[in-house]
Amino acid sequence: MSRVEIRVTITSDQDIVLARQKGRSLALELGFSSGDATLIATAISELARNIVSYARRGEIVVKDVQGSSRVGIAVTASDNGPGILDVGQALRDGFSTSGSLGLGLPGVRRLMDEFEIFSKPGQGTKVMVKKWRP
Amino acid sequence: MAKRDESSELLRELVAHLRQNRTQLREEWVGRISETRLLTAMTKEEIFAEATSVYDSYVEALETETFEALQAYARNLSERIIPRGVETHEVVGIVLLLRDVLARSLFAKYQTDFKKLNRILDAYEPAANRIANTVAVGFVQERERVIRQQQEAIRELSTPVLQVRERLLILPIIGVIDPQRARQLTEQLLRGIRTNRAKVVVIDITGVAAMDVTVANHLVQTVEASRLLGATVIVTGLSPEIAQTLVTIGVDLGKMNTVGDLQGGIEQAERLLGYKVMALAEPN
Amino acid sequence: MEVPILKQGQVLIATFQAALSDADLNQLRSALVQQVVRFRSRGVIVDVTAMDVMDSFASRTLREIAHMIRLRGAETVIVGIQPEVAFAMVQLGLTLEGVATALDLEEGLAYLNQKFKTMK
Repeated sequence: MSRVEIRVTITSDQDIVLARQKGRSLALELGFSSGDATLIATAISELARNIVSYARRGEIVVKDVQGSSRVGIAVTASDNGPGILDVGQALRDGFSTSGSLGLGLPGVRRLMDEFEIFSKPGQGTKVMVKKWRP
Repeated sequence: MAKRDESSELLRELVAHLRQNRTQLREEWVGRISETRLLTAMTKEEIFAEATSVYDSYVEALETETFEALQAYARNLSERIIPRGVETHEVVGIVLLLRDVLARSLFAKYQTDFKKLNRILDAYEPAANRIANTVAVGFVQERERVIRQQQEAIRELSTPVLQVRERLLILPIIGVIDPQRARQLTEQLLRGIRTNRAKVVVIDITGVAAMDVTVANHLVQTVEASRLLGATVIVTGLSPEIAQTLVTIGVDLGKMNTVGDLQGGIEQAERLLGYKVMALAEPN
Repeated sequence: MEVPILKQGQVLIATFQAALSDADLNQLRSALVQQVVRFRSRGVIVDVTAMDVMDSFASRTLREIAHMIRLRGAETVIVGIQPEVAFAMVQLGLTLEGVATALDLEEGLAYLNQKFKTMK
């Protein structure tokens, strides 16, 4: 269904910058306002940062979503890292946002319209988020 | 394939019939429109003129079996009649009336040949329904477009960012705040802070009817985002009821600088900006 | 990518470019603290006008810079946060609490001068 797809392998902090820059240009290409593109780029930055901090290695995929009457952007962050022990806790505000752990998942959820997470200890983490063009 | 050819041929015959009897059928249709008291916002002449174009577009759509021209016409018609207050049921109503008038004329023409009538109706009905659909959808879409446009205009109007003094902005919020409006309001304010180089912003929420936790959080976020741009926010007009609600649901009012009313807020803003406002001395 | 640090009287000015990696940010943090000590600066302005994304790491680094510099007896002010970036930051819950902010370089300098006056 989607027409464009960008894949960025995340292995270092340099890749975080690359992923969010590519995500922003795709968002603008799809007609998102620059304000929305900033929200999307920030979400990508956080998701890529989680990969670097917890799994060391993973991938960010950004692509368009063509709904029946709307256009959106989907970002998937996946890794084979240690996974999240308590997903519910990781999604609660205040959990590790100020400390050295920077999950920031509740923040990402606020930046985007849709949010899904799959994670099991030892089996990696996959976060899928979407934002629709108003 | 054969079936399709037959249907096309029947449609051709049908179109010829509708062209031949154009004047009479159109009159009959206009009569039915005024009988059923549709399009009351329009004059007789206007109705007749529009009916003529609709009739011709209708026949053309039947003849060409393409609906693009009709779609464009429906949009154009809607654009003209929506400002006159024509309602959806009226537009749908007149197209259905035309469908019926034409069907009746077919009954009359083929009453002796029942088989043929059936085949003609087989060809006519799907096309007629599609035409009715096209016009109705076109009208509704145009109406939605107009409503969206109006909503946007209202939103813009309802959140004016006013500069009352150099470096001082006032944002009076009136009415209901939904997340979309809250966001627009914040973006507008942040841009306003930048372009006016504002240092203090007074957000007056006297006109906000109710505030739930979502809206309150938006307000807190607006205050925080403004500070990131170097501007101090003073919130005024927080009613005791709303304040009570906010405290009960756990919104941190400590992050907000609140002053009872707009006047007090402006006075505090002026103090922050280093203005001293005093009454002129009375002459002796 | 190294962040240039400009010395202007008692104030150091660091100007961020758009695409700073975590390593660049860490490098800037140590460089700033070192230079504050070396030049006995009283104020630091971090200009982030060019930054189009401020995520949790960047924002945490800015806070750390401000706190470390305060321990050295100097003041920090962050200037130039773009409206869109500010909006994204608060959505993410990043509010730079306890760190001074100003609209732009000019405002930042005015803020510091005011501070120096009252500190005397």
